[in-house]
Amino acid sequence: MPAPQQRRIIFKHIDEAGYTNDLACYVRHGGYEMLKKAVAMQPAAIIDEVKKAGLRGRGGAGFPCGVKWGLVDRKSGKPIYLVVNADESEPGTFKDRYIMHQDPHQLIEGIMISAWANNVKQAYIYIRGEMPHGARILEQAIAEARAANFVGPNILGTAYGCEIYVHRGAGAYICGEETGLIESLEGKRPYPRIKPPYFPAVLGLYQCPTIVNNVETLCHVKHIVEMGGDAYAKIGTPNNTGTRILCVSGHVQKPGYYEYEVGKITMGELLNEVCGGPLPGRKFKAVIPGGSSAKILRFGETFKLKNKDGTERVLTVEDIPMDFDTLAACGTMGGSGGVIVMDDSVNMVEALANINAFYAHESCGQCTPCREGSLWMKKITTRMVHDKARAEDGALLKSVADQIAGRTICAFGEACSWPTQSFVAKFGDEFKAYPETKNAAKPPGALDLV
Amino acid sequence: MNLKPETLRRIDDVITHYPVKRSAVLMLLHAIQEDVGYIPPEAIDWVAQKLELQPINVYEVVTFYPMFRQKPIGRRHIKVCRTLSCALMGGYKTCATFEEEFKTHRGEVSPDGEVTIEFVECLASCGTAPVVMIDDDLHEKVDCAKAKQLSDQIKQAAAQRR
Repeated sequence: MPAPQQRRIIFKHIDEAGYTNDLACYVRHGGYEMLKKAVAMQPAAIIDEVKKAGLRGRGGAGFPCGVKWGLVDRKSGKPIYLVVNADESEPGTFKDRYIMHQDPHQLIEGIMISAWANNVKQAYIYIRGEMPHGARILEQAIAEARAANFVGPNILGTAYGCEIYVHRGAGAYICGEETGLIESLEGKRPYPRIKPPYFPAVLGLYQCPTIVNNVETLCHVKHIVEMGGDAYAKIGTPNNTGTRILCVSGHVQKPGYYEYEVGKITMGELLNEVCGGPLPGRKFKAVIPGGSSAKILRFGETFKLKNKDGTERVLTVEDIPMDFDTLAACGTMGGSGGVIVMDDSVNMVEALANINAFYAHESCGQCTPCREGSLWMKKITTRMVHDKARAEDGALLKSVADQIAGRTICAFGEACSWPTQSFVAKFGDEFKAYPETKNAAKPPGALDLV
Repeated sequence: MNLKPETLRRIDDVITHYPVKRSAVLMLLHAIQEDVGYIPPEAIDWVAQKLELQPINVYEVVTFYPMFRQKPIGRRHIKVCRTLSCALMGGYKTCATFEEEFKTHRGEVSPDGEVTIEFVECLASCGTAPVVMIDDDLHEKVDCAKAKQLSDQIKQAAAQRR
């Protein structure tokens, strides 16, 4: 059976010949019509449509967007801020980059509709520092939209106005965590805030109610206004609605981005048919389904899941639909949509050493378990690769990881311990054997990973 | 500290973007680093004064965020992605190629002053791994051959300047 077709909604014009990132091109393609439609609607009605649509956040946590908007404190009398999380930095994720560089007005229209719906007068786009061109493109696009009365005071002849400014990060992964991002936007070190009491919806930017949404999520809002919440909810699968962009990297023939209805394509179809299967002469060994902090899946393992009627079904890795709920039921997550594939040339100790180096570098250092734990996990896996490895290192790694998750202010604690926990749980044999295998001849094509 | 008039204009403009001046710290530091090439010690006092902060409030930002540097670097900044997707496609070999081409080590200024090579974490372009940023520009699928080609371009530009 051939793999299902892509459904390009957000990426409709990405890499399309002749499509440019200026306002004229966007308007030629029907741009800003949905903002016009939105300002003729009651703000509460738009929030209702987003709730009906069942849109879940595309940044990593998959939290329902309408619910997030519903939590905003609207009685405080303080201004409400909208902060766009464009700090795309979860390893394996590369979707927002294309939206901002090639179709910035789609994002701006999504921002303005969401701002109108939530009575936001000031929005900030927090773009990661390593995208200087992206920041310039967005600034240019905002200026164009302002000149055309889509952004700024009294938009489209209404009494409503909202300004958008671009704010650049400076190379810290933790700024993708929403309260860390808010601290950074306030000009400080991005130390995440403790919740409660600092829920952004109540005490966010400048201690005012704040909505933090991912770039892709805000783009979806435009399409929800276009088709209506009920129609949007029919795309995808129940509780996993709409489309999402799957970013595939690593050992496949055709890496890249693919937009599918959520849950309508399986991991097997995605990797074997859409991405052309493994590299010549190789076999798939493992896949991380939702950015590098998601727990790894080992090809060959199976998952026993309960059906609604109480019966059970058994899924292989290839059978898993690429949605939020089934991936969670399989013990991992859809996360940010970053699918990282590893074939049988990869030694899992070395792959984990690479990931651990990332998290040790990126821990903000605020909470002791994470600061020390991420560093120790890095030290252990680096020692295993470059110095002496011991058969008991896997157990040692697990004991460190088990003391981090749940003991930190933010979810980085989980993000940094899940790779170690899942690698050791699923490839424990490889960790035990590593003292012997590390000196054996490497498979041809094997590369240094750390 | 002698900032270009254009930089000063950008700085005064960007401060107006925030209801609280302190928010502009990162944007001011970016503007200064683009102008001067790094964050000199006097910039910390200058930014603090400009935004009505204590110098420590600026210093703690400079020392936390990896993109800010307190020392000059080579004329061109080569940032090779180190993270998993790029490493799986040969990122370490790419980095080694640049190091050999410029006879230098990561984190150092090359002997001819032309480049500083660094490993950085995920650049969010994993589908076209391995990726490299040279100054503001992203280069995709940089295998050893392409790394050599990019190195040659930098060397040629340097030769023309001399």
